[in-house]
Amino acid sequence: MSSTLPALLQVAALGLLLALTVPPLARYLAHVYSSPRHLAGERLVYRLAGVDPGADQHWRTYLTSVLGFSLVGVLALYAFGRLQQHLPLSLGMSALPADGAFNTAVSFVTNTNWQWYSGEAALGHLMQMSGLTVQNFVSAAVGMAVAVALARGLARTSAEGRVGNFWVDLVRGVVRVLLPISVVGAVVLVALGVVQNFDAPHLVGTLADGSQSLTGGPVASQEVIKELGTNGGGFYNANSAHPFENPNALSNLFEIYLILLVPLAMALAFGRIVGDRRQGRAVLAVMSILLVASIGLLTWAEMAAPGSAPGAAGAAMEGKEVRFGEAGSALFAAATTGTSTGAVNAMHDSLTAPGGLVTLFNMLLGEIAPGGVGSGLYGMLMLAAVTVFLSGLMVGRTPEWLGKKIGQREMTLVALYVLATPAVVLVGAALAISLDAGLAGQQESGPHGLSEVLYAVASAGNNNGSAFAGLMTGTPFYNTLLGLCMLAGRFLPIVFVLALAGRFATQQRVPSGAGTLPTHKPLFVVLLTGVALVVVGLTFVPVLALAPIAEALQ
Amino acid sequence: MTIPFRLALIKMSPRQLLDNPVLLVVEVGAAVTTVATVLDPSLFAVSITGWLWLTVLFGTLAEAVAEGRGKAQAASLRQLQQTTTARRITASAERAARPVALATLPVEEVPSGSLRAGDVVVVEAGERIPGDGDVIEGVATVDESAVTGESAPVIRESGGDRCAVTGGTVVLSDRIVVRITSDPGQSFVDRMIALVEGSERQKTPNEVALNILLVTLTAVFVLVVATLWPFMDYSGIEPSVLVLVALLVCLIPTTIGALLSAIGIAGMDRLVRRNVLAMSGRAVEAAGDVDVLLLDKTGTITYGNRQAAELFPVDGVTLDALARAAQLSSLADETPEGRSIVDLVHTRGLAQDTTVRAGAELVDFTAMTRMSGIDLPGHRIRKGAGSAVAAWVDNTGGRMLDELDEIVAGISSSGGTPLVVAEQVADRPARVLGVVHLKDVVKEGIRERFDEMRAMGIRTVMITGDNALTARAIAEEAGVDDYLAEATPEDKMALIRKEQEGGRLVAMCGDGTNDAPALAQADVGVAMNTGTSAAKEAGNMVDLDSDPTKLIDVVEIGKQLLITRGALTTFSVANDIAKYFAILPAMFVVAFPQLDTLNLMGLSSPESAILSAVVFNALVIVALIPLALRGVAYRPAAAEVLLRHNILVYGVGGLVAPFLGIKLLDLVISLLPGI
Repeated sequence: MSSTLPALLQVAALGLLLALTVPPLARYLAHVYSSPRHLAGERLVYRLAGVDPGADQHWRTYLTSVLGFSLVGVLALYAFGRLQQHLPLSLGMSALPADGAFNTAVSFVTNTNWQWYSGEAALGHLMQMSGLTVQNFVSAAVGMAVAVALARGLARTSAEGRVGNFWVDLVRGVVRVLLPISVVGAVVLVALGVVQNFDAPHLVGTLADGSQSLTGGPVASQEVIKELGTNGGGFYNANSAHPFENPNALSNLFEIYLILLVPLAMALAFGRIVGDRRQGRAVLAVMSILLVASIGLLTWAEMAAPGSAPGAAGAAMEGKEVRFGEAGSALFAAATTGTSTGAVNAMHDSLTAPGGLVTLFNMLLGEIAPGGVGSGLYGMLMLAAVTVFLSGLMVGRTPEWLGKKIGQREMTLVALYVLATPAVVLVGAALAISLDAGLAGQQESGPHGLSEVLYAVASAGNNNGSAFAGLMTGTPFYNTLLGLCMLAGRFLPIVFVLALAGRFATQQRVPSGAGTLPTHKPLFVVLLTGVALVVVGLTFVPVLALAPIAEALQ
Repeated sequence: MTIPFRLALIKMSPRQLLDNPVLLVVEVGAAVTTVATVLDPSLFAVSITGWLWLTVLFGTLAEAVAEGRGKAQAASLRQLQQTTTARRITASAERAARPVALATLPVEEVPSGSLRAGDVVVVEAGERIPGDGDVIEGVATVDESAVTGESAPVIRESGGDRCAVTGGTVVLSDRIVVRITSDPGQSFVDRMIALVEGSERQKTPNEVALNILLVTLTAVFVLVVATLWPFMDYSGIEPSVLVLVALLVCLIPTTIGALLSAIGIAGMDRLVRRNVLAMSGRAVEAAGDVDVLLLDKTGTITYGNRQAAELFPVDGVTLDALARAAQLSSLADETPEGRSIVDLVHTRGLAQDTTVRAGAELVDFTAMTRMSGIDLPGHRIRKGAGSAVAAWVDNTGGRMLDELDEIVAGISSSGGTPLVVAEQVADRPARVLGVVHLKDVVKEGIRERFDEMRAMGIRTVMITGDNALTARAIAEEAGVDDYLAEATPEDKMALIRKEQEGGRLVAMCGDGTNDAPALAQADVGVAMNTGTSAAKEAGNMVDLDSDPTKLIDVVEIGKQLLITRGALTTFSVANDIAKYFAILPAMFVVAFPQLDTLNLMGLSSPESAILSAVVFNALVIVALIPLALRGVAYRPAAAEVLLRHNILVYGVGGLVAPFLGIKLLDLVISLLPGI
């Protein structure tokens, strides 16, 4: 196959770029979240907000801060959406409906960026920039903060449940990590051809003698954080398939790089925070194995073009951009579903059946390979806790992880975490499939129709935000259902993660020895990978068998 | 086997199953399919329902069998509890009596069951001791075989560390006065009965945590199966309650759910079989977690007596001459040291002539002379501490040699005890023949056990009253990681506290009253049965054999218990993968014939596939009961080695076994007409 070589080169280039930049970023991240010094600008923010940056918060206070901050974000975005016609730079857009405003507000605060609307046709510049883009930054920083709190809980000993200061973690995540990288990234994107302007829509004549209005806007600046913060909410409805967002193969590769950068670096930063860099490398290894496997499977599925329609056409190019090809689209799809990004450069509805299965499976994994910024790390760590519990017993000790016992209360929290998202997805999808309102928007019936609904709910519940398309979701039913899925899928896990962080931080650290389970060796990497696959497999195989598997085996 | 079956049936009542959510779900499922079967009977429905009920029965059977093993032991212990008449010293008389001997005071006869802590009773030869207590006056031999299984009588005496007596044991000689230390119903035997029967069993912390995981898995699968209904409905497959319940029961972790409590009971039972009584399951679990073992030198690491290890002749004396003299002087010496000298000479094949000539007169060891020996006509032999023998030699006009000083200093610095041997022939000046090296002999094989402990990440610390020099020498020879020399009970306590502050779990054993605080402080405290009531009260285990080496066994049993739990959980979860491959194609193939590709096992029909999975799921519980009771094979090794081994056996094994098992069952079941 003549296109195999470029596909491999593309992956190799991505791997090289990540290998060069992830370790230094991890070092920097660990420093950012443990340095005792505050920048002058940060101090100003703390003074204005009236918070004490020196306070070491109990996990409950930390959690209250996260939830309070997010609630304010939801309310503000909701108000923006409802009142946007009265705001400047509205481009004449009218107010969003109540269910739509709720959905959008929740979507951006939960780092999901599910978009039921067309960005260019429904939102003004101000809503995009100061509403959505702000949430793109802070929702990402919230995820990182929660992950860091869990790492701190594991690292600390007898700290009475104190896990750090949310406000400091939030501000630093934005000011010291996301903003600087975004500035550089936006310049690179502009250089690669992404638009960035405040011009009024251009009216152009088309070849067919019609006319078309082209909306420009501050695209590059939103594009960079859309990828970097694993948000995924595009400026345009076509998202990264739109030539103004993602003009060529090079910008495509750069955007994929931005998607994977921080989630991977968080894994290594974890190792540094707990004082054992090998732990971080083990987590990174698991993420990489799952990611590489999904890239490989997706690329194979798209390039081998299984299925009768692609076979007849010669290639699975339906729904893909010619400038990216099958490999560029497959790589993007793996990255965007492996992280909780949800940006797309091709229509996932048009992926081959096995390809669609891989993207769905990626999301159902709970976004851990490598997952959203922060949320990927804490999701993986919760699964690591399950793995430690099982394998810890098999070395003849009550399970302990990095010197912390996983006893009754810890296990309860881990169990609730493991239960939360699958429950949201299964119940949500079952509800949608059995109600007329849920079936109303379906384009197809049969296995593919089930895939469409399952994909939408999985995407919302796991805070991914990508859509399978083919399902009209801008209805009050879906806006409400998916909004609730996003809320539950984001904040239930955060509650359990922070509670667990607090439990760990309360515990004394038991020294490790030859008798304790090593959690940095290849054997543990294999086990953790296996547990992730088995847990998800056992939960979702029945419904997957009825949807993409039945479709793929046709 | 009828008794366990009857017990298992009783345990199937929903109220009893509240403690076991996994089996409760199976039972509810079985009830649901029973109704479905009545409404729409078929051979398939009857078979599924029957096997679901059997699954519940097999699940409760595991626990019943485990408990049954303790019943017999409990029955023999109950015989100890028969009421006897106790002779209690009246309280007023006791108060007025001191310092008069208690045994002479007036007594009143009361039933043994009415004795309370603090009462004082008199027990004479041939009588049963009416309750647990401490001997406060007198000394007696006691037959404790009913409790310990050891037939040789033991000595119990007031004061000291051998004062504790157990109710129900029999005094064989003499008369003792005992102060009762337990109230009715709370005696040692009462607790033993409760323990071996498992009637007072509470879930241990790790069991609770594991149960939470099992409940979670069950909840996930209930959710999976419940939501499968609308998904199937949408896909045009009519959902069958029978099949969905069968799927649910196959998926939830029934194997480990059924065996979990049996594993715990069997772990306690394994300890009981080695004559160790754990007062709680929590203690057994803690034993698996132990990081530091504090071991008393005497009796655990060494045989406890100094023994002759080497002979060093001086001044041109032959080895044989020294051996002969040493042996002569020790022939009548009944101390362990003396006997060990004779043994050493004998095993080395030296000085075969052991006849003692007539006229021999033994010189006993006294604190004054610090020498012992033998006087023969015209020949006197002495052996003893270097300085004492030097004084004797000097007295007779003999002289000491520099060579000797070197040997003595050498033995001392190696932790041994030098015994200098000298002889005087006629009235000539005495001369030194050589030195016997007495040393604490380290038990055979103990070094290897410490190596195993180290491999498991457990640190061993030797506790001894010896000086640092001796302690270090023995520590090196035995291969312990550390030692505490000239240890007082306070030192021991401080050491335990220090280790615990570092987050480590400490195990120790002890017998004396002064060990009690340390036994209570340690995470695992094994009290010797010969010890005081205070020590037995403070520890969380009692070793009826009073063998301090048992501590190592206790740790291994604790680890084996935890490994068994983890291994069977992994096995149980790994099983699910094959069950999916059996049941899902069978359920969906009606609407999606292409899903037959997933029928990897090539099962003959959907009904046969589902029934085979259900039958396999039930039978695997029965098949694993022996493993749960016995515990998985365990040999000490580093964590990683253990993990790799257990993952291979129980993880990969759990993945593969059901593929084979279900296929085999399908071959049989497909022969049944009507399925």
